[in-house]
Amino acid sequence: MAEFEPKIIALCCNWCTYAAADIAGTSRIHYPSNVRIVRVMCSGMVDPIYILKAFEMGADGVLIAGCHEADCHYLNGPPKCDAMFEKMKRVVNMLGLEDGRLRREMISTSEAPIFAQVIEGMVKQIKKLGHSPLQERVKV
Amino acid sequence: MEEIKTGVYICHCGLNIAGTVDVEEVARYAGTLPNVVVARDYRYMCSDPGQALIKDDIKNLGLNRVVVASCSPRMHEPTFRRACQDAGLNPYLYEHANIREHCSWVHDDRQVATEKAKDLVRAAVMRVALQEPLEIKERPLNPNVLIVGGGIAGIQASLDIANGEHRVYLVEKEPAIGGHMAQLDRTFPTLDCSECILTPKMTEVGQHPFITLLAYSEVEDIAGSVGNFKVRVRKKARYVDEEKCTGCGVCEEKCPWKVDSEFEMGLGKRGVIYIPFAQAIPHVATIDKERCVYFLKGKCRACEKFCDAKAVNFEQKDEIVELEVGSIILTTGYDLFDARRISQYGYGSYDNVLTGLEFERMTCAAGPTGGKILLKDGREPERVAIVHCVGSRDQNYHEYCSRVCCMYGLKYAHLIKELTKAEVYQMYIDMRCFGEGFEEFYRRVCDEGVNFIRGKVAKVTNVALTEEEQGKLIVIAEDTLLGGIIRVPVDMVILCTALEPRSDAEDVAKLLTINRRADGFFLEKHVKLDPVATATDGVFIAGCCEGPKDIPDTVAQASAAAAKALSVISRGRVVIEPTVAQVNEVLCQACGRCEEICDFHAPKVISKDGVRVSSVDAALCKGCGACAVVCPTGAMSVRHSTREQITSMVEALLEV
Repeated sequence: MAEFEPKIIALCCNWCTYAAADIAGTSRIHYPSNVRIVRVMCSGMVDPIYILKAFEMGADGVLIAGCHEADCHYLNGPPKCDAMFEKMKRVVNMLGLEDGRLRREMISTSEAPIFAQVIEGMVKQIKKLGHSPLQERVKV
Repeated sequence: MEEIKTGVYICHCGLNIAGTVDVEEVARYAGTLPNVVVARDYRYMCSDPGQALIKDDIKNLGLNRVVVASCSPRMHEPTFRRACQDAGLNPYLYEHANIREHCSWVHDDRQVATEKAKDLVRAAVMRVALQEPLEIKERPLNPNVLIVGGGIAGIQASLDIANGEHRVYLVEKEPAIGGHMAQLDRTFPTLDCSECILTPKMTEVGQHPFITLLAYSEVEDIAGSVGNFKVRVRKKARYVDEEKCTGCGVCEEKCPWKVDSEFEMGLGKRGVIYIPFAQAIPHVATIDKERCVYFLKGKCRACEKFCDAKAVNFEQKDEIVELEVGSIILTTGYDLFDARRISQYGYGSYDNVLTGLEFERMTCAAGPTGGKILLKDGREPERVAIVHCVGSRDQNYHEYCSRVCCMYGLKYAHLIKELTKAEVYQMYIDMRCFGEGFEEFYRRVCDEGVNFIRGKVAKVTNVALTEEEQGKLIVIAEDTLLGGIIRVPVDMVILCTALEPRSDAEDVAKLLTINRRADGFFLEKHVKLDPVATATDGVFIAGCCEGPKDIPDTVAQASAAAAKALSVISRGRVVIEPTVAQVNEVLCQACGRCEEICDFHAPKVISKDGVRVSSVDAALCKGCGACAVVCPTGAMSVRHSTREQITSMVEALLEV
């Protein structure tokens, strides 16, 4: 049987992490192909619905990544995202999802290598966890 | 409802994409997706013929949605939006899939990359079906320009814009403009006197009919966006009427209290009421309130008694000036690295350890020593060491190179040779002499008999080990060419300190929502192709606030920023981004959470026909979407980033 390849959705802010992923490309910094990036304008724009929808649809992990607090294009997006994330962490735990499946990172434009490291680390961790426990339940 | 007809275009980008992704397979697959009526692949979609494919299909096939899968949308989304617009399709009915930076360039496996590209295209096709046409509005623009910082960069940018007969407000926090350049003695590699080339420009600024100079002033607040910024400036009280003061200097002469002059780097004195330097613009006196005996003890007012012009006014108050401008240029310059932080170099402990800028004042004919290079005890030095990279190229302090120190270090060596009989030692890591005439100057100084020691200085000490070292400062370094530790006894040590970001750079960046690099300097929009623009439209940067650089580079950048501002002005109007929040009034319960969370005061709960609903001021909204997240009923959404649009992508990416 082929090795388990987790599916990861990364919601990335347009100004920092999306740009960091662009620079990872320009600099040919390779990382696992398990991640699919969705561009949002700000990490503070990430709605809990996106996280729930991703897990409902069988995502094995969700990453929410945006600017560091000082870099925010909209002044205060990151702390707003943090507040949402803290709540959602409890919600996804209640749904039976393990720690590490929902992750929050701050990755600025100049941190392309960090972006690649985060994806690598996340893929490794989720490979250990295995398929999302929600997948089976949703199918039933 | 109108039938959705989507065209999908897969770019090869030469082999950049096609080398890793099976583009024909992706195009074939795209053709099977819902609503797709045409799917093509082409070598370079951004080329004219590539764009023509899109335009022709819009016209001939009646496409009402377009997806291009190519490089990053940050690169070519505007290109393809424009192509759609040219063919009569609303640009917001376009969606971009990033299959180069996020796919072909970061993965090797052809099959994996092709599958990922298909996923990304599918997500874009699903999203674009939910996109709506948005109306692009324009509004008039204020042609005035605010320039913050009156060093050479601010001066150059002000003159370039004002010579085009547009109003410039130049704000400088010090009592006079000129910045660091006014403190320099001679400029490398030509050795022309800094004052001689700067003063005419400063005078021009002072007299220019299109420049309003606000010296001794600080920007307190900036609101608004490109075309319509509102700026609040605090004009600090000088306790001298600028209109009446003739700059005669009698007040300073008569002031009984003398303190260290900032301009002379503490090597000279000034009065508590003072004009910072002889060529200062504006040429008016300022009272240093913190140290004025009248303000501290209630007695003196000597300056007032001797002022014939009756300009001294102890009752003067700070004045708040409100400005309206369309664009802003930041030329806030740099701070110098505090040499005390590297305590082993002995700055602050040993008398004859100087910083570069202190030495600069010493060699200046108008400076505190009348241009003589002197030790603290008044003797001429017999041996001088110039220590490079103090705080630069050092993992403990700043990793970057400060770019000017090698050259001014060479200039000091030349001046010491010219003005004294001293031996000179350059302690360097690498000599970086890259500019016009720099290499030639390096060779000239080498030929003048200066000693070059390649190695980083470990320590400066006065603990002598030999008779020769008695009474000297001993510079201890590793000579990496000889491969050994050397001790060089000298009389004077000059530290070439790093240029670092202003201590308030973070606050300024926050005020204008621009970014900073990891090293703290302001971040340009694109390091190579947009070096003076920032993430905020209408805000430009020039000079050392963007990173260390010499005078020619600073002036070139300042003129570039001025040209950018002039191009905003000559367009005459600004586009209002339609991608802002909107309220579904039927769903809105007027709970006010949107109003609470917004940092820009865009949504407000108002009474509309007797019903309380939230209403968004599009001019203030930046489209960050925080309000939509906290809205409990889903009434609030951001145009072009709606919940449905983003959810559709998440769904599409996980479908298979």
